[in-house]
Amino acid sequence: MSDLVLAIETSCDETAASVVEAARVVRSSVVSSQVDQHARYGGVVPELASRAHVELLVPVVAEAMVAAGVEGRDLAAVAATTGPGLVGSLLVGVSAAKALSLSWNVPFVAVNHLEAHLYAALLEEPDLEMPMVVLLVSGGHTMLVVMEDHGRYRLLGSTLDDAAGEAFDKVARYLGLGYPGGPAVDHLAVDGDRSAFSYPRALVQENPATLADDRRYAFSFSGLKTAVVNHLRSDPDASTADVVASFQEAVVDALVTKTRWAIEETGVRAACLGGGVAANSRLRERFVEVCNGAGARAFLPPPAMCTDNAAMVAAAGWWQFRREGPSPLDTGADPNLGLNLIG
Amino acid sequence: MLILAIESASGQVGCAVGGHEGVLASAHSGQGRRHAEALGPQIDFVRRQAGIELTELGAVAVDVGPGLYTGLRVGIVAGISMAYALGIPVIGVSSLDLLAFPARWTSRLIVSALDARRGELFVAMFRKVPGGIQRVVDPRVCSPADLASELEVTEERSLLVGDGALRYQEVFGGIRGVELAEQGLANPSARALVQLAHARAMREEFVRPWELEPVYLRRPDAEINWTTREGGA
Ligand SMILES: [Zn+2]
Repeated sequence: MSDLVLAIETSCDETAASVVEAARVVRSSVVSSQVDQHARYGGVVPELASRAHVELLVPVVAEAMVAAGVEGRDLAAVAATTGPGLVGSLLVGVSAAKALSLSWNVPFVAVNHLEAHLYAALLEEPDLEMPMVVLLVSGGHTMLVVMEDHGRYRLLGSTLDDAAGEAFDKVARYLGLGYPGGPAVDHLAVDGDRSAFSYPRALVQENPATLADDRRYAFSFSGLKTAVVNHLRSDPDASTADVVASFQEAVVDALVTKTRWAIEETGVRAACLGGGVAANSRLRERFVEVCNGAGARAFLPPPAMCTDNAAMVAAAGWWQFRREGPSPLDTGADPNLGLNLIG
Repeated sequence: MLILAIESASGQVGCAVGGHEGVLASAHSGQGRRHAEALGPQIDFVRRQAGIELTELGAVAVDVGPGLYTGLRVGIVAGISMAYALGIPVIGVSSLDLLAFPARWTSRLIVSALDARRGELFVAMFRKVPGGIQRVVDPRVCSPADLASELEVTEERSLLVGDGALRYQEVFGGIRGVELAEQGLANPSARALVQLAHARAMREEFVRPWELEPVYLRRPDAEINWTTREGGA
């Protein structure tokens, strides 16, 4: 049987399709971003996104198939993200994938977007070391998870308020750096002094044992965002580069400190980073440093595979198909889909 | 030519397959079924009922709207994806044409009115011509009150069809010469879509899958707010 999976990803404002072989070899990965259409509104407009997905879907799929040199009947499965995400956007990808699966008479596989982000780091990576600690950071999510095996996750903690990516966006918007904020902050922070200002690191104390169990691996970024805004009000002449570098350092500190605690407590030998914020250069640098220091191997997705793409969906879909077989044809979209947690 | 028809622009979702010999099989789910969940199994069901393989299809027909956006998109994207995968063309038909088609026996003015939510209707008007119906007023969005005063002024004998007409029947009930069609004609049907699409297929009125344009009739809210705020057009 073939190991080729075509995947479709439409959970937010990227229309993406990809053909991946055996969850490793990326035969094609096409991402059509609508970011320009949404930029003037300072965020994603759901109705605009859904309309654009309908327009872009067939051309993007066709391009991915041609670039991979694959015919529909060569595929092992057609996968699509079914959640979490914007419901109208998700429905476009799910409906298309099911129609393709019926037309080519190949199985359909429903993929969880969060799980797909975890698999981005495992693309082109032959030696998987489970269990591993996973730090998932995006505009919508910030969580620390132990991946016991494929499809088996144990949640250590998640954000109590804003997601890390959301904090980047909000600070960038306040500073007039545009949307999306992550890349802008990352770029500007390179020229800044990250120790210029000491912003708060919530729930990150010296000794994790002093934190309540349900707080040990929790994150909180809304206070940090407020601290940055208050600081800028009282000190409007502060160097923007220094502000963003110090802000970014505070976010990264919280993320990598808790990752280190998780590695130390669980004794795992591997840790993996995923989600849009995983493209942040400072986070990547510190994540490797911290993992290595704690005796764990760090898996990082290539920067292009951090933001939403379909290759990661194909990889997650391939593992899921091997484990559980096809998904039913009456699968819909679930905007609030969570990771399938154990324990 | 065998045509698979997908209709999902209103509260219902339906699917049918047929050709010059008429409709071979059809299915539809009632109000409240989620379009994306119902459609996949329906396509598979009508294919089996008709005893065909999808590779035997010559075209896919879809309702291009106007209609309720989410359902509309589910049907359109499924239809164009199938057409792409099977290497066949697409035939797009307006939901308002589909509504009027089963009423083609009447000599009255046919007014299709679909519920557009937010207190508005999607409306178009048709007249019987030899061999079918002809659109005399193009699809637009208007309030029930606006449509009612228009019908009052024209004083023409009219037949109102569609779930929008039924929802606001108290607005239209008192108008002289205006009659409301029964509940059975309240939604566009996939069976009508097969018939209308087949006629168009004979005239080779096809598009390629990536050329099909949904008919929304309203711009996205954010865009409207933005232009208002900017004072632009
Ligand atoms: Zn994502």
